Amino acid sequence: MELGSYSDQSKSTFSLADEDHTLANAVRFTLNQDPRVTFCGYSIPHPSDNRVNIRVQTTGDPAREVLKDACQDLMLMCQHVRSTFDKSVNDFKMSKTVKDMDIK
Amino acid sequence: MSSSEDESMSEVDEQEEQEKKTKSEGSVLDYIMSLESVPSKLPPHLDLMRTRVFCNNDAPDHTETIQYSGAYAALGVDNSIRLDKFCRNFKVQVNRLTEDDIEFDMMGIDPALANAFRRILIAEVPTMAIERVYIANNTSVIQDEVLSHRLGLIPIKADPRLFEYPENAGNDKNEKNTIVFKLHVQCEKGHPRITVKSNELKWLPDGSELPAEDVKPNSGSKPRTFTSFSCSQDSLPEFSTNPIAPKNLDIILAKLGPGQEIELETHAVKGIGKTHAKWSPVATAWYRMLPEVVLLKEVKDELAEELKNKCPVGVFDIEDIEKGRRRATVANPRACTLCRECIRGGKEWEDRVSLRRVKDHFIFNVESTGSLPPEVLFTEAVKILEEKCERVITELS
Ligand code: SF4
Repeated sequence: MELGSYSDQSKSTFSLADEDHTLANAVRFTLNQDPRVTFCGYSIPHPSDNRVNIRVQTTGDPAREVLKDACQDLMLMCQHVRSTFDKSVNDFKMSKTVKDMDIK
Repeated sequence: MSSSEDESMSEVDEQEEQEKKTKSEGSVLDYIMSLESVPSKLPPHLDLMRTRVFCNNDAPDHTETIQYSGAYAALGVDNSIRLDKFCRNFKVQVNRLTEDDIEFDMMGIDPALANAFRRILIAEVPTMAIERVYIANNTSVIQDEVLSHRLGLIPIKADPRLFEYPENAGNDKNEKNTIVFKLHVQCEKGHPRITVKSNELKWLPDGSELPAEDVKPNSGSKPRTFTSFSCSQDSLPEFSTNPIAPKNLDIILAKLGPGQEIELETHAVKGIGKTHAKWSPVATAWYRMLPEVVLLKEVKDELAEELKNKCPVGVFDIEDIEKGRRRATVANPRACTLCRECIRGGKEWEDRVSLRRVKDHFIFNVESTGSLPPEVLFTEAVKILEEKCERVITELS
C-alpha cells in the first residue's frame, strides 16, 4: 500500500503487511546505495501489528520506481550470494573428498 | 619477441594515447578529479572508521555502518555498493561442514543483509513439527499437555519442501500436509520402570489409525479417521528409500512406572519459527565479525611475555629477534573473544594494542536441528529473501 500524493510522486510512504525488520532493513540498505534517494527510513508502528512502513524521498524520480529498483537490486544480490555460497560449498566438499582419499 | 607481437603492442599504445586525449578533452571535473592532489580514496583514518569497529577499554566505537552512498560526497569519494561492486567484492569461504553444522566466512556484505539471513534462518525457513496430539491413554505421571509440548519440540527428519502448508488445504489432512506418528508404550506390572524415548514414535505412512469421534465404528467399509490420505506416503519415491522418523532417537519423552501406559497419535505439519519455535530449523544461527588485533608499538622481552600470558585464548605469540631478544606477534587474531584482558592494566596497554572488528567480514555459524543439511538451510533462507523482494515488486507494479 502506498501513501503519497498525486502531485508529487517523489515522496511516499509504503506500508507493507506481513513484513518486519528482515526485509525493511535490507531494503533500506539498498535504497541508501541509490544516488537518487535523498531520504529513506523505516518504522514498525506497533510491535503487535505485522506491518512496516518504509519512507522514500527521491531527487525527482517516482518513489515507487526507486523502491522497486531497490528490491530488484536486493534480489540480484541474493542470487549472487546464493551462487557464490553454493560454489564454495561444492569446492569445500570436493577438497574434502580429495583429502579423505589421500588418507586411505 | 617476434615482430608481429611488437606491432600489436604499438597498436595498443596508440589506442591508449588516443583515449588519454579524449579524456583530457572531457569535462573539467574529470580533469580535476584526475589530479594527484585530489584524493580518490578516503584518508586512512576515515577509512579505518568506516571499515572497523574499535573495541576500546570503556566502550566500542564507530559501531555504525555508513550505508548512505553520498556520505563522503564532499570528499569526492563514492560510498555506494552497487550491484557490480558487490559482486566483485563478495566472497564466501567454508571452514567446517558436518552433517548438521556449518561455519563459513562471508566477506564484503553489509550487516543489514547478513542479519536478514540470520533472522530468516531462525524464524522463516519452514520445517515439519508435531502440531496435534491425540491422546488415547496416558496414565503416566507426566501430564498430557506437558507431554504434547515435549513431542512438539522433537526435530523430524523430513524435507519440508516436499510438503504443503496446512492452511492451503482447508480442513483436509492429506498425505501432502500431514505426517502421522503413533506411540504406544506400556510398563508391565512387576517390571522395573522404563524410559520412553523418541525412537518409540512409529511413522504411519497410511495416515491416522484412530477413528474420528463423530463416526460410528460399523457405519462404512473403512472407518473414517482423522486424516484422509489418498495414497500411502511410503509409496512416494521421496520417502520409500528414506523413511520419516525423528532425527534423534534418544530424546527422553517420559518415564513409566509399573502398570503405567501411554497411547497416542501425533500429527506433524509444516510451519515456520515465527509461529512457534518448534518449527525453527536451526538450533542456533549466529555470526560474529572478524576480530582484528593490531600491535601499535613493538612489544619486547618481558612485556611480550606478559602480553602473551594476558590473553586466555592464545592470540599472541613470541618470536625471537636478534641476540636473544624477543618480540610479541599477533599469531591467531581469529581466536580473540574480545575479552579485552590485553588492554586492561592501564593506559600504556591501550596504547600498545588495538582491538578491532572488521565490519563487513562475518563468521557465520548455522547449526541445523536435522530436517535439512545446514548448507541447504542457508540457500533456502536466501531464497526466502528473494521471494520477499519479488512480492514487493509485484505488489508495487
Ligand atoms: S581481547 Fe582477550 S582474547 Fe582478544 S587478544 Fe585481548 S586478551 Fe586475547
